[in-house]
Amino acid sequence: MKKALKRLHFVTAFLFLFQIVQAQSPSGSGTGSFTALLIAIVVIISFFIIWQVSDNLLRIEAKKSGLDSESEELSLTPGLRDVFRKKGPAYATGRYVALKQGHNIVLEGAAKGPIEQATANTFAVEPPNFRGMSPIPKVEVEPGNTVKAGDHLFYDKKNPDVKYVSPVSGEVIAVNRGERRSIASIVVLADKQQQYRSLNIPNLETCSRADLVAFLLDSGGWTMLRQRPFNIIAEHNEVPDNIFVSTFDTAPLAPNLDLVVEGRGAAFQKGLDVLGKLTKGKVWLGLNANGETAPSAVFTNATGVQKTWFSGQHPAGNVGVQIHHTAPIGPKSMVWTLDVQGVITIGALFTEGRFNAERVVALTGAELATPKYVRTFIGANIGQLLEGNIFEGNNRIISGDVLSGAKAAKDDYLNYYDDQLTVVMEGDHYEMFGWLLPDLSTPSVSKALPGSRFPDIAFKAHTNMNGEKRAFVVTGQYEKVLPMDIYPQHLMKAILTNDYEKMEGLGIHELVEEDVALCEFACTSKQPLQEILRTGLDMVKES
Amino acid sequence: MNSFLDKVKSFEPPKEKKFLHTLYDGFFTFLYTPNHVTHGGVHVRDRMDLKRTMVMVVLALTLCYVFGTYNIGHQHFVALGQHTSFMAAMHLKLVHGLIKILPVFIVTHIVGLGIEFYYAARKGHGIEEGFLVTGALIPLIMPPDIPLWILSFAVAFAVILGKEAFGGTGMNVVNIALLARAFVFFAYPGEISGDRCWVSGLEFEGTAAMGEAYGWAHGMFDGLFKWLGVATFGDGGGAVVDGWSGATPLALAKNGWDNVTAHYSSLQMFWGDVPGSVGETSKPLIMIGALMLIATGIASWRIMFSMIIGAAFMGLLFNAWGHDVQMDIPWYFHFYMGSFWFAMAFMATDPVTAASTNTGKWIYGFGIGVLGIIIRVMNTAYPEGWMLAILFMNVWAPLIDHYVVQSNMKRRAKRVATAAN
Repeated sequence: MKKALKRLHFVTAFLFLFQIVQAQSPSGSGTGSFTALLIAIVVIISFFIIWQVSDNLLRIEAKKSGLDSESEELSLTPGLRDVFRKKGPAYATGRYVALKQGHNIVLEGAAKGPIEQATANTFAVEPPNFRGMSPIPKVEVEPGNTVKAGDHLFYDKKNPDVKYVSPVSGEVIAVNRGERRSIASIVVLADKQQQYRSLNIPNLETCSRADLVAFLLDSGGWTMLRQRPFNIIAEHNEVPDNIFVSTFDTAPLAPNLDLVVEGRGAAFQKGLDVLGKLTKGKVWLGLNANGETAPSAVFTNATGVQKTWFSGQHPAGNVGVQIHHTAPIGPKSMVWTLDVQGVITIGALFTEGRFNAERVVALTGAELATPKYVRTFIGANIGQLLEGNIFEGNNRIISGDVLSGAKAAKDDYLNYYDDQLTVVMEGDHYEMFGWLLPDLSTPSVSKALPGSRFPDIAFKAHTNMNGEKRAFVVTGQYEKVLPMDIYPQHLMKAILTNDYEKMEGLGIHELVEEDVALCEFACTSKQPLQEILRTGLDMVKES
Repeated sequence: MNSFLDKVKSFEPPKEKKFLHTLYDGFFTFLYTPNHVTHGGVHVRDRMDLKRTMVMVVLALTLCYVFGTYNIGHQHFVALGQHTSFMAAMHLKLVHGLIKILPVFIVTHIVGLGIEFYYAARKGHGIEEGFLVTGALIPLIMPPDIPLWILSFAVAFAVILGKEAFGGTGMNVVNIALLARAFVFFAYPGEISGDRCWVSGLEFEGTAAMGEAYGWAHGMFDGLFKWLGVATFGDGGGAVVDGWSGATPLALAKNGWDNVTAHYSSLQMFWGDVPGSVGETSKPLIMIGALMLIATGIASWRIMFSMIIGAAFMGLLFNAWGHDVQMDIPWYFHFYMGSFWFAMAFMATDPVTAASTNTGKWIYGFGIGVLGIIIRVMNTAYPEGWMLAILFMNVWAPLIDHYVVQSNMKRRAKRVATAAN
């Protein structure tokens, strides 16, 4: 109502002005009226400029004195920004950000509900999944030991307070070693009936932050928290500026988190409450404003958090993009992020009193007989998840999505933070004049290919490079798919030339691999942007 | 199909023979998209690659090639006062155009690709596609009668010093095709300036029977045409008609717009029925190419648009100044003359040498527009300014980008500073 009134103000003021000017102009013909018209236009424009400038000065003043210009009524008439700002859908009440850049890669093989129970019975926690961990962590179990869900499996000798726990109860059947005796995975064969380690649950209302942190570290809930910049396990001796949770995933074939969160509302809310005690700032929830209808009420009705609505194509659902449009990270700031199921796991520590590592995983991709959702636990065996569902052939299994997931084999395990498994065709075939022929069967962001003209067509993806690696030639294409105020190509060149100052200045702290994954997909020169970015992040982290 | 693939593969020379293997690899990847799969990073890649990007530009140039070829013949016959109507004796004009353009095209590619292959083999990487576009552009910006040995020097100079010295495709600072033209322009000015260089075949002037003077290629076709009973080259007269000057509109513009319209109608200039470099004359066909590049997202509309604004702005400024007759040429007539549109669509938009940030592209395009008109109007020695304007802005593009990037860095630093308070 208020908004409508504002708009009315604006229009009437404009009409009024126009009328005055018209009345003044002589009704003669030829040059006389033309000059009058010109004068009229100039008068209107200059009035308009004065009006807008003074309005903006008012806003700046208000901001300086600490008022929130988004919500408070500061001026009589709405600013230009308010009038021309893109409006969100009706259900998106509150802060709304429309992202223009981006691209949805629509692939065949999206998972469909309902959620089935998975039959997987071996699970693994893989130390290499945790970035920054030393290659040989201290393993506290041996093959043959029985563990309960939530029992400690290992810890990093550099950071012994963070305990990595077993997602299930059962028997430890293997401690696999990789290169140079590094620990590759700790495998647990699950019991039919799950048993949980009993925990001393602190009272959330009364306990101190230090007690809460200690509890989370010991119970395994801490491993859900990841820290940006660098996407590492959260540093427990520090307090984050903010905590961010994205409640939707726009990656190719990503699971629908509305479905995932069904029936887990209480645990999710509890998890948010816990997070609220961990940060000195706020807990920010990124909500999906793309749909015709509002997302799950679990998200929209969440309390104790700041909500921001985001509309736009991938990577709008990436938490990094959402952070950029809320409270950007700099070299000195630090935030924590976690995914929706991580919040539920933390919440369940309090609502259920146990480390509940249950995960809803989307089995996706065109090479599956029935893409579907299954309920399992963290780190499930991939072969068992896909049993009887995968088409025989030359396929590639990916833990995660096709943009930033990891290549896996059937005897591998789902990575710790992944809630998606994708199977696509390997593209190791030759194609005659493949670079020349128009092709409707492969996804592309480029308008030069017919595929980009039909945004709703689902493509059958394959893993061919579709060309050879080249130097950076085309400019501006990364900016088109990255809704951030960042120059990715210049950043990549800064990394390649070891220019620390430029890396920092151009915002390397704001990015992790998944944020530039779409740029890498779109890259005409087939450059490995995620790899380059990680090199840069490691360099900055070490310095 | 697979048996053909196997057959092609059976030609593969051993890797030790570097040059041969690079050559084979170049042709193989031209024939087939290789079977490389993604590893690490994204698992699915966009269909777009550099080959496709480059070939799009070449496709956008095809209309210019068709028209340019025909126009070589047409201008030749207009000079001789024969078949002066545009559609008359099309077969002769086309054949004459082809005889002129094909050697230029072939020599450009033999020299340019040869150097490209050599460096690719030396550096041990695949043959890059950069020359695909450069090679298509060079014949279009040369005078039709360019001696082939000068052309070879120019191409070699541009490719070696302009590109390979900097590290190959994607690393060059200035536009390769324009560098080749600039080489001719400064090293052999007689071949590319003056009134007579823009029309081909005038060296036969004065020969009694031009049919014989043309050479074997023309003669061969003459036999065919005689048999078909159509007009032949041999019928031609031996001299340039009285009053024909051969000057391009821009050369005439030094004496004002009236002097231009005395020779060419604005419609003629618009459609391209005027002497000039091979590909630059026909504005509508270039615009079709430009629109195609914009629609496919290959070339930057920002550069094109801001270049138009820049040229119009400078034209207006000169109109207001009005110091001499050339400054008095109404600003919009500048778009009828010369190679503005070709430079805008195909030269300024080269992504490697243009500014790489979106803000930078606006500034870069505007700068070219302003500079081009300044050179065109104020410098009596150079009738056209786009080559020099673009080369100049190519050199400045990294600086423009530097400031755009710096402002982004400052913005971020400021944000960090306010967040810390």
